Amino acid sequence: MLSPINISMESLNLMTLAPMLIPVVGALLILVIDIVKGGLHKSLYVVLSLLFLVMDFVAIANASGIFMTNGTTLGVFDVMLIDGLAILAQFVIVGASMLFIPLAMTHKRFHEFSYPEFFALFLFMIAGFQFMVATDNLILVFVGLETSSLALYTLIAMHNRDKSFEAAVKYFTMGALAAGFFSFGAMIFYALTGSVEINKIALVLAANGYADIGFVLVGVAFFLAAFGFKLSLIPFHTWAPDVYEGASASMAGYMSIVPKIAAFVVAMRFFEFLVHSGIVWLDVVLYIVVVVTMTASNMWALVQTDVKRMLAYSSISHAGFVMAAILIGTTQANSALFLYWILFSFTNLGSFSMLWMSRQKHLPDHQSSDHSYDKFAGMIKTAPVAALIMGLFMLSLAGVPPFALFWGKLYMISSAVTGGYTILALIMALNSAIAGYYYLKLIVYMFMKEPVVANGGEVYVTNATLALKTIIGIAAMGTIFAFVAINPLLEFITAFVYNSGY
Amino acid sequence: MLDHILSILIFFPAIAAVFGFAVQKDSMRAYGVAVSAIEFALALFLWYAFDNSVSGMQFMEHLPLVPAFGINYTLGVDGISVFIIILAAFFTLLGIGSLTDTPNVKYMIITLLFLQMTMAGVFAALDAIVFYVFWELSLVPMLYIIGAWGGPLRIYASIKFFLYTFAGSLVMLVGMLFMAYFYYQATGYWSFALLDWYRLVLPETFQLWLFVAFFFGFAIKVPMFPFHTWLPYAHGQAPTIGSVILAAILLKMGTYAFVRFSLPLFPDAAAYFMMPIAILAIIMVIYTAMVAYAQKDIKQVVAYSSISHMGIIILGTFALNVEGISGSIFLMLGHGVVAGALFLLVGVIYDRRHTKLMSEFGGLAHVMPRYATIFGIMMMASVGLPLTINFVGEFLSLLGFYQQSHILTLLAGTGIIVGAIYMLAAYKKAFFGDVTNEKNKNLPDINKRELFGLIPLVIVAIWLGVYPKPVLGPINKSVESIVQLMHNKSQTELAKSRIPDLTKEKVVVIKKTVIEEEVH
Repeated sequence: MLSPINISMESLNLMTLAPMLIPVVGALLILVIDIVKGGLHKSLYVVLSLLFLVMDFVAIANASGIFMTNGTTLGVFDVMLIDGLAILAQFVIVGASMLFIPLAMTHKRFHEFSYPEFFALFLFMIAGFQFMVATDNLILVFVGLETSSLALYTLIAMHNRDKSFEAAVKYFTMGALAAGFFSFGAMIFYALTGSVEINKIALVLAANGYADIGFVLVGVAFFLAAFGFKLSLIPFHTWAPDVYEGASASMAGYMSIVPKIAAFVVAMRFFEFLVHSGIVWLDVVLYIVVVVTMTASNMWALVQTDVKRMLAYSSISHAGFVMAAILIGTTQANSALFLYWILFSFTNLGSFSMLWMSRQKHLPDHQSSDHSYDKFAGMIKTAPVAALIMGLFMLSLAGVPPFALFWGKLYMISSAVTGGYTILALIMALNSAIAGYYYLKLIVYMFMKEPVVANGGEVYVTNATLALKTIIGIAAMGTIFAFVAINPLLEFITAFVYNSGY
Repeated sequence: MLDHILSILIFFPAIAAVFGFAVQKDSMRAYGVAVSAIEFALALFLWYAFDNSVSGMQFMEHLPLVPAFGINYTLGVDGISVFIIILAAFFTLLGIGSLTDTPNVKYMIITLLFLQMTMAGVFAALDAIVFYVFWELSLVPMLYIIGAWGGPLRIYASIKFFLYTFAGSLVMLVGMLFMAYFYYQATGYWSFALLDWYRLVLPETFQLWLFVAFFFGFAIKVPMFPFHTWLPYAHGQAPTIGSVILAAILLKMGTYAFVRFSLPLFPDAAAYFMMPIAILAIIMVIYTAMVAYAQKDIKQVVAYSSISHMGIIILGTFALNVEGISGSIFLMLGHGVVAGALFLLVGVIYDRRHTKLMSEFGGLAHVMPRYATIFGIMMMASVGLPLTINFVGEFLSLLGFYQQSHILTLLAGTGIIVGAIYMLAAYKKAFFGDVTNEKNKNLPDINKRELFGLIPLVIVAIWLGVYPKPVLGPINKSVESIVQLMHNKSQTELAKSRIPDLTKEKVVVIKKTVIEEEVH
């Protein structure tokens, strides 16, 4: 007869679950409120979500304090892994979500925000992302990935346009394929090593000297494809521009940041030991993927006629740029990834919010799409402040100093230089120059052309409310005054990344 | 105040520009003149407080910006940069003061004030990243000036200008990151401070690569011969004020950066690349002079002549000795004054006739005598007539390079003669002869506002031509210390032989040829 298993509650370390449980509780509460009394205004749900996100943020800050003193903590049968990467990634996830959720307070009425389910799903999704980054157990990663992805598909579809359904279905199909690849990869590694935990996989593989290199490579190929889909790396990027176009502009901005940081962290955990194991094949493939993703998506972005699609391709290019950090694999590169992504989230969320603010309910005749370049022609004459802010975001995305993203690019290219990737550093620099062209194109339209049809500038601020303006103001401030925050940010990130052994 | 005068010089116009948004449209011009006058007064005060007997950096400021990565907000000026800063403030004042009627004059003035901030920043920065920040930031106001107030091809011209320079500077940025990494490897600390880098002696192969990386950034900005194609477009499309600032100050960033970065950081590479660069510079001098001769548009003549003179500046810089470098820095100032004035003058006639084609003019000396006089003086200064400002710089640059190569100097001299030909030919076509075109019969002569911009430039052009010492003295002092630094750092035989050692007394020995008389 089996003896009863005795596990003390303390060894479970349930506090490691706290940051993930807060949004889950919040989501359930929202659902309960809806059952008790339906038809409440969206502002209630926005504020409730914000409240739970703030609590979540505090819980993560608390976890980071524990990390500073005690180092990495394990919890819940050693499934949860709260290290520096997990904490940093959660900061980005929750911080960006806090910037995103007030964007629901638009002036015009949009379908999706009238459902409380939107906010519940949103909070479930955040919990999913948090689980994904706070473990090195491939099964829990998979569960977190699926929870968040399924919620995200629904959120996209709730925008309730034809293109949104198309986007959601496309994303769903591609996501399902990626999930399949992921589970196949996990299966192969389980078969090889008898473990689903990344650090144990690494130990076993290192101990037997990568004896089954053929199988390892097959598994790596599956994982590469799975991450390729999630991070929209070429050639797995095809869904991205359509999904961005179909989703609402705010959601597109959100998608370009939060799901990707979660995927980057998992990729960092997984590829870290492989990159340093001297498998040349992986280095070569990653190198090619990084360079092609950066360059080709830049080329596509050049020829877009819609600003939102342009920004979609540009965020693919930024993802490729950042993927270089995983190839380089030094502490500096991994810190650069986080620095870059934090700065990028301010700038990119800001520019997508500017599009969101100008979202019209009905298309005027001269516009072929929601955010065609024509729409922004002569914006400096009709809405000077909005044009200046949009121009600021474009300059920052292009990497013009001293705006936010310049510092990210600087540190990232520097990490390539230090890591011995000279050619890659040059390619990254030249790609920034190519990218300059399409960001400049929007600036040219805004500042140097005459308006297509005379308007009083209302079109650029149709959706503007105090909430949207505040978010854009925060993003703009973050973009302009980034240079003050770089040093503390860099020291914080480097300490966290270094102390988690990456 | 003296401790922070450089920061004040940099950020005062920027803050004033932000406040400028609140000023009413019709009063904006007065506001702009007032702000730039204060800025110029501050710059003159800087000159007054500047200690001529010191060769190193003065008015240093230091503030850690990203200490974890070795980026510090470090400022300072020496004899090389102080006069370019004054020149920049001078041109901002003249430019805003003589600004002709422009649409959206408010935005124009705000943009010019921002531009003044970046210009002061580039020449005062002693940290590579701070330098880079201002260097890149200077593109944005210029992009807007060309793109919003330019001619019919303005968008093409402004984008070409931006992307060309942006691409070059990104390569330079990679070079800077390498330089910082080498410093990190040598000392264990990250640093982008220029004065730290000066102390670093790199192996020759590293120097060659880094020199090339920096060269891309600087050469595009100058612009040197194969990279010059953006400049005629930019000048051709830019409004008068844009061309003036571009020619007078922005192009000098490239040549200044050669003296500040390339020479003292990579002395061996500079000596190694001296001849190829000199040949490029001479191609630049002669080829663009010939192209200028073929132009029909008077602004293009001035634009190409401006590139041609930048060739002499490069030649002087890469003479690698005190005469050449001092001369090239003095020529930067001289060229700034003269080219700026010529662009202002072209703007005067363009405002009256809305054409820049020389065939449309002729006999203007009869109609506009004062205009013709000022144009004549500036043109003479441009071709390097003795007792004008350009003569001093050109003479010293060529004198410097003569010590390195006689033949190339002679070729460059030919270029200057071609320069005289096309300038005189252009002047003849536009100003002499009879007034053939009816439209030119009743042109008003130069007005007060235009005189405000031009008279000070004429005074400076002649004053510094007759008596260059107050400017040349401090320049010389700082250049001597740079040349000595280069000599001390150089490792190869080639560099040792090309860069003179100033501590050794220079003795010219003329061997006595003894004609032995036949003793009978």
